[in-house]
Amino acid sequence: MAMPRWFVPLTVVVAAMFAYAPISIANAPIESTMLLVQKIFYFHVPSWFVMFSGAFLCAGASVRYLTKGSREADHYAITGAELAVVFGLIGLITGPLWGRKAWGVWWQWDVKLTLALVVWLSFVAYLLLRRFGGPGSEKLAAAVGIFGAVNIPFVYYSVNWWRTIHPKTSVVPTLGPGMRGTFWFCTLAFMLLMVLIVAVRVRLERHRALVTDLYLELED
Amino acid sequence: MVPGRSRWRAVLLWLLLAAGPAAHVSLSAQEQPPKRPAQDEFVPLSELPPQEQLPAAPLLIAAYSVAWIVVGGYLFSIWRRMGRVEQELAEVSRRLQQRRS
Repeated sequence: MAMPRWFVPLTVVVAAMFAYAPISIANAPIESTMLLVQKIFYFHVPSWFVMFSGAFLCAGASVRYLTKGSREADHYAITGAELAVVFGLIGLITGPLWGRKAWGVWWQWDVKLTLALVVWLSFVAYLLLRRFGGPGSEKLAAAVGIFGAVNIPFVYYSVNWWRTIHPKTSVVPTLGPGMRGTFWFCTLAFMLLMVLIVAVRVRLERHRALVTDLYLELED
Repeated sequence: MVPGRSRWRAVLLWLLLAAGPAAHVSLSAQEQPPKRPAQDEFVPLSELPPQEQLPAAPLLIAAYSVAWIVVGGYLFSIWRRMGRVEQELAEVSRRLQQRRS
């Protein structure tokens, strides 16, 4: 079970991108209303993109696991859930740091923020079920993962559907030229990092499954 | 001493004691500028005096530090788990090999 051939070159590319990201962010123009604190956006939004991708990966793989019983799909599901929790945590911490300056408060029980927290908690529940749920908890966890991902469109579009204090989805398409390049550069870096993590994390699950199989063989 | 006179003296004393602080409160209220209605008290963040404005740099540094620490910690945890599983895999494979031979 060797790593894919693209793994090492991609790791070098991602490391170089993350090394350059602070320079690109520092050189990006300062936004006229929010000034310096707006620069949190270049890591905050991409981390939510990875969170959403992880959640969809978890849900898609969970559907496959529930319908086909594929163990490989289950490996992808737990990987997606972990990504959702880790990158959702970054989003949930960096958001209030921006909000403290922009809104004057750390947190608001606003639709967008509350739904984002609920989705994040769904994936925390997924991981807790997998860790402490005992035998057979995989199926229940899969259902929780699907439920969590179903809420994501509500999180994303809530700013357009309801009156909230969070900036709307129109922010990204209307970014100025200097900001747009930096934003998409950081997003690409985060998405490629996600690809690397998925490769390593799925490999870890495959190894765990192999260890279980070998123990069973040893007992027979 | 006539009891009626004493009562009147007590009432007069009480009035003097009560009127003193009341007059002070009334005077200090007149000295204060009139309160502005609540709707006029909003001050845009950009117009606040510099000492009341929250510095952005520590928040920005904190946000990027959190991102790096969380990602770094997660990668480290994967690396540790991978090491443990590979060690276990080697051990079980060795035991299985011994049993077969």
